[in-house]
Order: sequence, then structure tokens, then C-alpha cells
Amino acid sequence: MSTIKKMTKNTLFLPIFCMILVMAANILYDAASGNFAFNFFTISIRNGVLYGRLIDVLNRGSEIAILAVGMTLVVSASAGTDISVGSVMSLSASMCCMLLAGFGVASASELQVPLIVGFAAGVLMGCVCGAFNGFLVAYLEIQPMVATLILYSAARAIGLLLCNNLIVYIRAGSFAKLGGFTGPVPTPIIVAAVCVVVMILVLKKTALGLYIQSVGINKKASRIAGLNSQRIIMLCYIICGLCAGLAGIVNASRITSADSNNIGLNYELDAILSVALGGNSLGGGKFNLLGSIIGAYTIQAITTTLLALGVSTSEAPVYKAIIVIVIVVIQSPVFKDYLNKRSAKRAARARG
Amino acid sequence: MKKKKSMNGNTILLLLTILLFVVMYAAGCVIYGEKGFSHLQTFLNILINNSGLLCVACGMTCVMLTGGIDISVGSLIALDCMILAYGMENMGMNPVLLCVLVLALGLLFGFVQGFCVGYLNIQPFIVTMAGMFFARGMTAVISTDQLSVRSSQFFVNLANMKFNIPFNIGAYMNRRGKLQIPYVRLPVLIALAVIVIIFIVLRYTKFGRSLYAVGGNEQSAAMMGLNVKATKLKAYMLSSFLCSIGGICFCMNTMSASVGQATGLEMDAIASSVIGGTLLTGGVGNVIGSFFGVLITGTISTLVKTNGKLLSSWSSIAVAALLCFFIVLQSIFAMVKARRK
Repeated sequence: MSTIKKMTKNTLFLPIFCMILVMAANILYDAASGNFAFNFFTISIRNGVLYGRLIDVLNRGSEIAILAVGMTLVVSASAGTDISVGSVMSLSASMCCMLLAGFGVASASELQVPLIVGFAAGVLMGCVCGAFNGFLVAYLEIQPMVATLILYSAARAIGLLLCNNLIVYIRAGSFAKLGGFTGPVPTPIIVAAVCVVVMILVLKKTALGLYIQSVGINKKASRIAGLNSQRIIMLCYIICGLCAGLAGIVNASRITSADSNNIGLNYELDAILSVALGGNSLGGGKFNLLGSIIGAYTIQAITTTLLALGVSTSEAPVYKAIIVIVIVVIQSPVFKDYLNKRSAKRAARARG
Repeated sequence: MKKKKSMNGNTILLLLTILLFVVMYAAGCVIYGEKGFSHLQTFLNILINNSGLLCVACGMTCVMLTGGIDISVGSLIALDCMILAYGMENMGMNPVLLCVLVLALGLLFGFVQGFCVGYLNIQPFIVTMAGMFFARGMTAVISTDQLSVRSSQFFVNLANMKFNIPFNIGAYMNRRGKLQIPYVRLPVLIALAVIVIIFIVLRYTKFGRSLYAVGGNEQSAAMMGLNVKATKLKAYMLSSFLCSIGGICFCMNTMSASVGQATGLEMDAIASSVIGGTLLTGGVGNVIGSFFGVLITGTISTLVKTNGKLLSSWSSIAVAALLCFFIVLQSIFAMVKARRK
């Protein structure tokens, strides 16, 4: 009994438990439909690249994982979520492709500016959006979700303006590298891994992680203890914007175009969901980055499974919304109190 | 003395809103006068096009008075329209029955959200965001096609009803020399009725006053003996219910349904309420302000459309910029107030 309790108390219990649940569902489904039961886990090499559903999950989940990194910090520091990430992704992708193709050009096979300039501009755009959100939240003390609501609707529209209402295609081969393959491994996986490792190193090797948690737990106390709370919150939003920009460019490179209306659509839900699924409280404070990353890949596994089951992409949000609500209800203090009271009552009854 | 001062801050916001609307509309009349912007009908068309939004903004104001927010409204409207259209077209159901069904769905939807917010103490944004994706997904579950409402003669007649403005006020001769009498449609009358009712409810009933009390200070409201949880629950139910009424109005206007319908409407509704002087922190605001907020957002999109050369995304950028401006203004007002204390 005590070992089970110890396990469930672990912060990584929820994400890993969900991951196992999804995998079990996949095994059951494969077995039931008469396929090889471990279809989900088989990895093979076809046409010189890795192939398999697990690779697919890792590959497609890269954007969500990158977003989850930024979102975790924002949730931790400001007790609110950044709902503009999906739109910022779209804006960054538009910015990048607009620079690369030239304004008003729908399809370009030659790059107008060096590739790195386009990528840098896209990421920078994300940072600017993050700084805007951060300024509103940290210095003007506006509720995070309302502040980010502005860019949630405006960023996509600005992206459309940048692209002159067109879907800009970049047909140069070098552009597609970021969303393609490096050797046999899909590049997005590498990008996500680098992003996560860098972030974990920054958080562990510097005091930033500690500061963020301290600001999230009590902003005023941290201020009195000598931390510049406002600057730290602002920094979290800038990092979140940077992650969104990076994710947007990866996504654009994957489809070799800037489709403003569809890039990053509903990604904010996935990002928030992965933070919640990672065992982090949406009320701010302590966070576990690794949990969020596992959460992100779990979400992608759920999406892939749903698609494999024949659910269309536009129907998938129904199930994700239900999962969000269930997790949030389980996390809510009222529900926890209720459970505690019940177990206390049962203990009292057992004692007689 | 002190009370008068704090009241002034809020009245200034409302006056600023009305002034902004008048200036914007006057500018439109001057610039696009020859395109027919100055006719009364243009103004009435803004009302007709935004009748759904008016209902939604009223509900949003009620929720925001308690200090919460409801971003599920746009998706709920899409779901309502889809139920109406699918029921009438593919199942041949009675439109009246469908409307009742949609309103009941709104109440149920609001109940679940309100329960999560009020009784389980979950952040309103998370709950209603889940609701937003749920409703949008359910719309796709029902049908991913673009449906148009044609078969129910009753509903078509209802939607096409014209109510002329009495005494030919604002009537004009068009280019062919035919007298054009300005008119409104049924959804406008519904929306105006909703505004009047909500205005009275907020001002003169116990429920309305308790909304302000809960938003002003939850703790003192609880100490006064108000049931804070139940008030929040009712606010979300009211919002979703009004949203369903708005959905019916919306369906009458567009006579169609699709998964992508009314995307970003939550943004317009929130912007309208905020522009109309409703504080995001709760406790301050009224529907008159929201009414002018809707008129402003409507005028912006009409201006963009009348220009004809601007991309349609300009209107959402303009609304977002306005929202940003007013939010910042509110926050500065609050900071000044806090410093004075």
C-alpha cells in the first residue's frame, strides 16, 4: 500500500500513467483488429528514414513539446496561461516566409534573403509577441489570459496581412530541411530535443528555475526577498514567445509554406493540456519541465491514436476538452478536500 | 466626495466609449457619405448583422461582472446553428422544438461550466476554453458540411420578416427613384428585448445586485450572506442561455451552419464588454456600455467593408487594438486608484 502511495505522490506519476494508458489502448486496439499487437512500437527503416508510429508521435509532437517548454514557465510564474501561442506560431511562420519569398509572392523557388535571416526574423517576431504579452501581464498587471487574448486574435490577422492573404509556398529545398530529415532521424525531433536540453540546463545551472518558482508561489514575498518579480514574469513570456516562434517555423518548414489560417490552430489547447497532464498545477508555483514534455508527447500519442481510430481532426478537440476538464477537476482543491474527507471518514469508521 | 470621484472614473470610460462611437460613425459618414454610409439603413444594418453579438455581449457582461470570463460563446453559437440547420434540413424537425432544444442545451452547457467555476473553484478561463473546444468539436461531430437552411418555410419566413421604421423616418429615394423605407429584422427586436430585460435585471433585482457584489469583493459578498457559488453558477447559465438566443439570431441572419462559423466571436463579445466599460476584475459595468461596444466593433467592420480595398483581417486587428487600448486604460485607472489609497 505504501509503495503505491509513494508512486502516486511522485510528480511524474500522472504523465507516465497517462502515457502507459494510451499505449495500452493502442496495443488493445491493434490486437482487437487482428494486427500485430505491438504495431505501435515497431520501428523500421524505409527509404533511408526511420518509420513507425512511435517515430510519428515523436516527430509530430515536436511543436507541442517546444510550446510546452515555454508554457510551463509562463504557468509557473504567472499562474495564468498564454493562449496566444498558436496564433504567434502562425505569425512567426508568416514573417519568416514573407521575408524568404518577398512580400506578396505566393510561390518562391529562390530565397530572397539568406535562410538564417528568415528563421531569425521569425523567432524574433515570437520574442516580440512574448514581450508584448509579458509587458501587459507583468507591468500592467492584467490577467494573463485576457492579455494574451489580444494577440490570440490579432497575431493571426497580422500574419495574414504580412502574407497579403496568400498561402506563401517556399519551394527551395533548404527551407524544408528543418521539417524534414537529418540522416534517418526527423529534424523536428532534434530541434525539440535541443530546445528541451538547453532549457533544462539553463534552469538547473542558473538560479532562474528557482526564481520562477518563487515568483509563482508568492510574488510579493519574492519581491521583498529582492527578486525583480516583474522582470522574471516578463522573461517567462519572452521565452514562451520564442518557443512559439520556433515551433511556428518548424511547422512552416514541415509543410514548406506559411498557411496563416491553419498553422498552430488549436495548439494552445494542446500546450496547456500538456502542462496540466505533466502534473503541474495551473495555479502556478512549482513546476516540472520533464513532466510537461512527457505530457506533450502523450497528447500527440492521443491525437495519433484518435486519428488511427478514424476520428477526424476537427472532432478530436471534443476528447481533448474532456481530458482537460477531468484533469483539472482532479487537481482542484475542492475535489482533493472531498477525497480527503471521504478517506478520513472511512478511516474513522474502520477504527469503529 | 471620495465616492463621487470613483464613480467618475467609470463614467468617464462609458462616455469615452459613446464619444468614440459618435466620432467613428461621423467620420464614416464624412468619408463614405456618397457610398451610402450616412443612411439610417446602414446603422440599422449594423444592428441586424450584430444582433447575435448583442445577446452574447449581454451574457458576457453578466459573467464579467462576477470577475469571470466565458470564451466558449463563439463555439456554442456554431453548435447551436449546426443543431438548428441539421435538425431542420437533415431530420425535418420542427423549428420551434429545435429552438427550445437549443435554449435547453445552452442552460445545460452553462450549468456544467458554472458548476466547475463556482463549486469546484477552477479558473473560468480553463473551464470555458475546454468548453470552447468541446462545442467546436461537437459541431464537427454532428456534421462537417456547410449546411444552409432552406426547407423549413416557417423559419425562412421568420428570418425574412421586415419591420419597417414607423412614420418613414430616414426614408430616402434610391437611384431608380423608389422609396426605401428603413427596416429591421426579427433578431434585432429579440436582441433589443434582451438588452432591456438584462438592464432591468442587473439594476433592480436581487440576482443582478448580487452579481455586482460577488464581482466587487467575493469575501465580503459571502459575509453579507450571499451565496457566491450559486451566483456564479447562475451567471454562467445566464451567459450560455443568452448565447443560445444569440445563436438563434445568428442562424436567422446567416441561414447556414458550418464548423468554422462564428470563430473569434468570443473576442468580439469580450472586446465589446470591455470597451463598454466593464472591468475585467469584475464589479463594474452595465449593458448600455456593452451595447455601444458592439456598435463600435460593428462600425469598424462596416467601415472596413465599405472601403472595399482593405483586407478583412484589418477589422479584427482594429478590434484587438481597441481592446488593448481599453484594457491598458482600465489598468492605469486601477493603478492610479490604488496609489491614491
